[in-house]
Amino acid sequence: MIAKHIQKIKPSGIREFFDLVLGMPDVISLGVGEPDFTTPWRIREKAITALEEGLTTYTSNKGLFLLRKAISDYILKKHSVFYNPNEEILITVGVSEALDLALRAIIEPKDKIIVISPHFVAYPALVEICGGEVLYLITKEEENFKINLNEFKKLLEKKPKAIILNNPANPTGMAYYRKELLEIWDILENKNILIISDEIYNELIYDEKPISFVSLNKNAKNKTVLLNGFSKAYAMTGFRVGYACAKKEIISAMNKIHSFSIMCAPIISQVAAIEAFTAEKELIEMKKEYKRRRDFIIRELNNLKLSVRKPEGAFYCFPSIKKYKLNSLDFAKKLLFEKKVAVVPGRAFGDEYDSYIRISYANSFENLNKAILRIKEFLQNLDKNV
Amino acid sequence: MDEILEILESNARISIKDLSKITNIPEKDIEKKIKDYEKKGVIIKYKTIINKDKIKNSKSIIAIIEVRVAPQKDVGFDLVAERIYKFPEVKSCFLLSGTYDLLLIVEGKDISSIADFVAEKLAPLESVRGTVTHFMLKKYKEDGVILKKFSENKRLAITF
Repeated sequence: MIAKHIQKIKPSGIREFFDLVLGMPDVISLGVGEPDFTTPWRIREKAITALEEGLTTYTSNKGLFLLRKAISDYILKKHSVFYNPNEEILITVGVSEALDLALRAIIEPKDKIIVISPHFVAYPALVEICGGEVLYLITKEEENFKINLNEFKKLLEKKPKAIILNNPANPTGMAYYRKELLEIWDILENKNILIISDEIYNELIYDEKPISFVSLNKNAKNKTVLLNGFSKAYAMTGFRVGYACAKKEIISAMNKIHSFSIMCAPIISQVAAIEAFTAEKELIEMKKEYKRRRDFIIRELNNLKLSVRKPEGAFYCFPSIKKYKLNSLDFAKKLLFEKKVAVVPGRAFGDEYDSYIRISYANSFENLNKAILRIKEFLQNLDKNV
Repeated sequence: MDEILEILESNARISIKDLSKITNIPEKDIEKKIKDYEKKGVIIKYKTIINKDKIKNSKSIIAIIEVRVAPQKDVGFDLVAERIYKFPEVKSCFLLSGTYDLLLIVEGKDISSIADFVAEKLAPLESVRGTVTHFMLKKYKEDGVILKKFSENKRLAITF
């Protein structure tokens, strides 16, 4: 009954581990991929008002004009790039939907899409659901988990149709800045390849000014589908609002699929998202707190002699557990059973990363501190047994 | 504001050790900084916010009192304010613009003790021209802290 290309998609190798974590009480979880803050009150209050005012209808397929306009203004202010709110912006149900639409709009059977590993779990799965083929571009810890340009050029010989760029990236937290993006653009400039730039963590870059791929130059903008949303920066994961910006042909193709399969993002969430742009103060506060926690967790992991790159954005870090001779799943299970601390095994982000774990620091200092102490005891025990 | 002050403002009981861990400043330096702040009067006091409604037999009454006063030559309101805020019943005292001058927050064990304070101590003062007393019925939020306990934000323990 089930279609072959869906059967073919392998279930996440760590499903069983997830169930273990979810079934265990009193676990300190460093495995959460969403903010620990509640949505700022002004945004929640706006959603309540929307309900009170009886805003319970569909919106236009593309989303509320006011929201598209607000997004256009925001991108113009932030990156000095203009998208026409009438035809170059589409409101989606989270960035997940936007990504799905972008891939569905371009992929024909056997089309190849480059996914940079370690990768967000949905990238390869969505490509395969569309009948496409994934070309993995493996990055290495020694190279800060950033694209190796020679490897990249080699992969381009296989004629990919698009590349998915996640900046800053889940699970490593590494970000690309102007110089690196320009190097990537130099290689892509004369090729007919679409760049799908997932910038959902763009607001959460801690040391330098965030940069968007579309701000490089006009040609780069024209060849890019920019994806972003409200979930991570404004702690609005449950609202499910994302957006895609691209030239008219791409947006209208995406909107074709969107209008039949989804119709529109929920109006209450869209109204709340407009309000999010006024929550700058709250955003700055949350960002400051993440930065403080990042610095803390990286210092502590260094003290524990775990090899880890200092993440530049998002709220994850990706330490190596190579020296412990345990694969990432066994390591995570042992840590869970012995110390009740949950982390995500690295293999979830690519087969090559079975000697890494993802730690999310979207958690209170108290919990992070407790978790670090438990990990310390755990590693001391492992050291004894090595 | 200094990071140390920011953290202390939301948790006055945090240990020097934890403060050092969060800020990456050596414990010694933190202690020195805090001492300094205390000396300079930047840090005035370490206070606990208690929800007294939750404590049996410890009910106290709080009144907000608007006071109209006559300012004095050269010293304005300061001297009158001082006369008033030195009473231990006065928990807070602010000078405001508008239809009255001083706003007092006064605490007493019952309504009559507050009435006595107003009638016997406050109103008879020569420079006090009038008072309006409001009794507080319920506290919802104090010093930025919501007194009601909300259920915790429940996230799935693992998500990508």
